[in-house]
Amino acid sequence: MPINMIVCCKQVPDPEAPPASFKVVGDKMTVPPDVKPVVSPYDENAVEAALRIKGTIGGKITVISLGNNLTRDVIKKPLSVGGDELILLEDAAFEEGDSWATANALAAAIKKVGEYDLILCGRQSADWGAGQVGLGIAEILGIPALSVVRKVEIVDGKAKVERAVRDGYEVVEVELPALLTITSELGDLRYAALKGIMAAAKKQPIVWKPADIGLEPSQVGAAGRHVKLAKLFQPVRETKCEIIEGDTPAEAGANLAVKLREAKIL
Amino acid sequence: MAENKGILVFGEIAEGKLPSITTELLGCGRKLADELNEDLSCLLASDAVGDLSKEAIAFGADKVYVVEDAALKQYEADCYMQVADQVIGQVSPRIILLGNTPMGADLAPHLAFRLQVGLSTDCLELSIDPGTKQLMQTSSVYGGNAQAIFTTEALPQIATTRVKAMSPIERDESRKGEVIPTKVAIDMSKVKTKIVGTIKEEVTGVKLEDAPVIVSGGRGCGGPDPYNTTLKELADVVKGAVGASRPPCDNGWVPEAMHIGLTGKIVAPDVYIAIAISGASQHMSGCSGSKNIIAINKDPEANIFKQAHFGVVGKFEDVVPALTTKLKELLAG
Repeated sequence: MPINMIVCCKQVPDPEAPPASFKVVGDKMTVPPDVKPVVSPYDENAVEAALRIKGTIGGKITVISLGNNLTRDVIKKPLSVGGDELILLEDAAFEEGDSWATANALAAAIKKVGEYDLILCGRQSADWGAGQVGLGIAEILGIPALSVVRKVEIVDGKAKVERAVRDGYEVVEVELPALLTITSELGDLRYAALKGIMAAAKKQPIVWKPADIGLEPSQVGAAGRHVKLAKLFQPVRETKCEIIEGDTPAEAGANLAVKLREAKIL
Repeated sequence: MAENKGILVFGEIAEGKLPSITTELLGCGRKLADELNEDLSCLLASDAVGDLSKEAIAFGADKVYVVEDAALKQYEADCYMQVADQVIGQVSPRIILLGNTPMGADLAPHLAFRLQVGLSTDCLELSIDPGTKQLMQTSSVYGGNAQAIFTTEALPQIATTRVKAMSPIERDESRKGEVIPTKVAIDMSKVKTKIVGTIKEEVTGVKLEDAPVIVSGGRGCGGPDPYNTTLKELADVVKGAVGASRPPCDNGWVPEAMHIGLTGKIVAPDVYIAIAISGASQHMSGCSGSKNIIAINKDPEANIFKQAHFGVVGKFEDVVPALTTKLKELLAG
């Protein structure tokens, strides 16, 4: 039987950009303009999980993203690969929220959507990376949740998942509706076909402001935070690397062996 | 709720022992409790706790709340939350500490949202602000590209700590403490999940977390073969274990159990040999505690050289076999 799925996707600066491009200025992280925004990688894995379920038993995929001034061709990516609908919680008031403010707004939007069997989130975002929002949504909605999921299928009206744990995984069944947070082992998001990109370009996202989901501006974004940021900084690493040379790479390798023995490291 | 006082550590039990994350949390909790001049409590919930409550006292706990129930054999949020609800009500702590582990990283957000308080995850440092008595929580953010210090006002304050970031105190069997057996009636009708199987994917040989030497490969290894040949041969000579950064695991070259990094294993060996690893922050988060980092990479601009102590610029296919052969010779002599 087809199911209703909701996937939460966050727009972040490309985490694959070289570390040197991330610079803290004041109390904010900045990246140069050549670092493009992307859908947070684990959220892409969550979209892929939804697409696989849709591909086997069918269903509807509603994608929800929260932010301000979201880049349309980035945030529409889930639509280009097979997502059905995109809801943007987009407003200046949503900016600078913490896990609490974000989960609270997403849960309110999910309640407004109303019909859902499965909610999928990335295990953690590539920017703040707290790994709280998915589980927080489940707690607010009062539904069961499993985190760090590497495989999911729907069997007899339940979700059967593999949850990654240390040195292996657990096979867990969970009643629906449920929330899952997805990890990279599930697999990369498929590429969009040209047809999908064209269709997504034509589709208009639904935009909701705080009032549309029954929240006051004081409950969202920076105003709705539970965790205060006291300081953001980049620790200076003062490692000096001694480069071992040689006439050939092989000789350098042998010289490294001698050096490591001399220094009593090995 | 009574006045929030003291620190409550959520202990874990693995293979009948307190895993290092739990002794690390007790060490960190002890230090904070002494600064506050308050008690350190530890919750141990499992199907069988046995003498581990005494072990928690030896590692610094003043009080150990023991909850034994067959339903607690393996971690499931719906069961553990019922235990947490009751014990937190009983202890009314100022600070709750958990490990950033499959259990703690799952349980902590449930707790924070249920109690409607803030949470900092994967903390590298925790300290008490002497003026406000608040817990200052340092976490790495942006995949390890920066660190943030967070504070939360509402009590209890909750934090999870990164594996190996905190230090245990020395085990002392003469330390006194109180064991408090606690009965929790777990309502199974509230448990919506069911674990139907546990599959081990353990790597044979030396365990990564315990290995004094780790030979680790990255995307630049190009495929699964070097892990079984070039890297394995070096690891065998130095009696080490083979690990990997995330791309080789995501590409299916090696099992996830070998993944070292922010979302994989956190290791701190004496020697970490990074082969064809670029040194992305999220990987370095998992190995920056290593005493010596040695980098072999064909790109002289690779970030790994900024954090390594020794390095060779060259293709690993050329450098590593020569390194292995020479080391074998030197170690034999």
